[in-house]
Amino acid sequence: MAVIKLKRPKLSWYEHLYLPAIIKGLLITFKHAVISVFGKATGSKELASSGLGVTMQYPEQKWDEHLPEYYRGIPALVTDEQGRERCVSCQLCEFICPPKAITIAPGELKSDDEWAKVEKAPKAFDIDMIRCIYCGMCEEVCPEQAIFLRQDYAMTGTTRAEMVNDKDRLYQLGGVREGLINKWNEVK
Amino acid sequence: MDWVPLIITGIKVFFFTFVVILPLIAYSTYAERRVCAIMQDRVGPNRVGIPLTLLGFKKDLSFFGLLQPLADGLKGLFKQDLTPGHVRKSFYWMAPALTAIPAFITVCVIPFGSNVNLFGHDVKLVIADIGAGPLFVFAIASLSVYGITLAGWSSNSKYPFFGGVRSCAQMISYEISLGLSIIPVLMVFGKLNLTDIVTHQSEKGWLLLPLWNEHGSIFSGDYWAHCGPQWLLLLPLGISFIVFTTSIFAETNRMPFDLPECETELVGGYHTEYSSMKFALFFMGEYAAMIVGSAVIVTIFFGGWSLGFGLDSALLQTGEGAWKWFAGFIHLGVFLAKTIGFIIFFIWVRWTVPRLRYDQLMKLGWVVFFELALFNIFIAALIIAAPHIGPLLTLFVGVPILLALAAIMYFITKSVESKHKVNIT
Repeated sequence: MAVIKLKRPKLSWYEHLYLPAIIKGLLITFKHAVISVFGKATGSKELASSGLGVTMQYPEQKWDEHLPEYYRGIPALVTDEQGRERCVSCQLCEFICPPKAITIAPGELKSDDEWAKVEKAPKAFDIDMIRCIYCGMCEEVCPEQAIFLRQDYAMTGTTRAEMVNDKDRLYQLGGVREGLINKWNEVK
Repeated sequence: MDWVPLIITGIKVFFFTFVVILPLIAYSTYAERRVCAIMQDRVGPNRVGIPLTLLGFKKDLSFFGLLQPLADGLKGLFKQDLTPGHVRKSFYWMAPALTAIPAFITVCVIPFGSNVNLFGHDVKLVIADIGAGPLFVFAIASLSVYGITLAGWSSNSKYPFFGGVRSCAQMISYEISLGLSIIPVLMVFGKLNLTDIVTHQSEKGWLLLPLWNEHGSIFSGDYWAHCGPQWLLLLPLGISFIVFTTSIFAETNRMPFDLPECETELVGGYHTEYSSMKFALFFMGEYAAMIVGSAVIVTIFFGGWSLGFGLDSALLQTGEGAWKWFAGFIHLGVFLAKTIGFIIFFIWVRWTVPRLRYDQLMKLGWVVFFELALFNIFIAALIIAAPHIGPLLTLFVGVPILLALAAIMYFITKSVESKHKVNIT
């Protein structure tokens, strides 16, 4: 490796005094203070600031409309356009989940169900949101495209039990998603 | 025995420590956080207020977070007070008090205002009107080094120990320039009583702003009448202001010189092993020292409680030169305003100037400020002596001696510097 020798810059007597530089610095911070008090700090418009500095003040203001499409929020299950559960309880997401947040009890559809001989469905599907790290691996691994990470991020509860999303809640969060599943798509 | 002066002193002690200084400490921590926040384009603590929603009202009252210091104090009191098993208990318990107490004691010589006439008693707004004001402040304030050093040593852990040693060396080095830098000022005033110094400044103009005297000078009129540019005196006084202010920064362990506490090298610093209110006491001591420091700077260099610009005698004095009854309160307000201004300056500098390396800090203290303060005394002496010894002697003896002194000091510092140059190849 080449050794590059650097020389310290020689300071002039004016720079040796330090005081002018300190005064310059004080003026810079003062300028920042004035600008941020009047809500004109650099980038405050793009960051939708609250009018003081560039900070958005959370519960009153929210970033929701600026969230990118690929934002990874709360995971949820979806049903297809015929009202069927997309999840077939293959448990791939349970196995891949790094913090082991997903617990699935596999089961079958009721015998009188129209699709009983075609697919299976989970008996219970719990996602422990205290453990979930929002990595999106469940969504990536799902062959049925049954689980999606939504744009919601504010999930709070006062007990541990409250922070576990069960099957009903997951379907309620996910709603209906239309469109062909990739595995049936011949083009793909 | 006459009880009235004792009672009055007691009331003054209570008022100045618990009504003036303690809230000022609390709110300077708040100001520190808010000012630094707006300088960094942030918001800072703006939420803590009265939680009216808990009582069923619709909105909380936040008052811009003005109750934050109260919440911090309560948190400090209610947190677990942990004493680690490996510490020297007696010193460990003593150290926080030893840092906080000296800072509070020094409050007693600071003149907060002129006289207040209450119920027929003429009350001076200073707790102890002693004839050794600044010296008392230096002597007592430097005791707080014991607190920090003992905290570092008694913690029996290497990082606090480093912090304590650093702080000890730093405070001792800057004490020298602190003491020397003020000598030109004392030569100008000729007295050490802080009340007298402020009274002098209210009549003759502030030390660094002598605008409202007949000759623009803090000396009496005929002193400069035959000498010409009295503004020359501002050169040594300006130097002593800069050296004094910077040394106060170093003495209070504030930002450009806050080597004793440092997250990156020393985990926390001398207070690493402390928790809850003991930890808070260190900070109270630090902020109290900062407040007293800015009060001393204001008292000595910026006219203390005086209104300035000749307004004191015009507005607040009766015909015979005595203060009107409300003058003391206005002076108290003026003094507090100036002090708060200086506290904000301290905060401003803290969030502007990057900290020095430890060798730079030592070099600044011993090589630059010590010599500068020493040389400054001679400049001030020559300027003050000039009218007495005449222009001939001044120009042909005084100035050459000064220049020779400057040259000697310059070469000494240069030789010190070259010896320690490390050759890295």
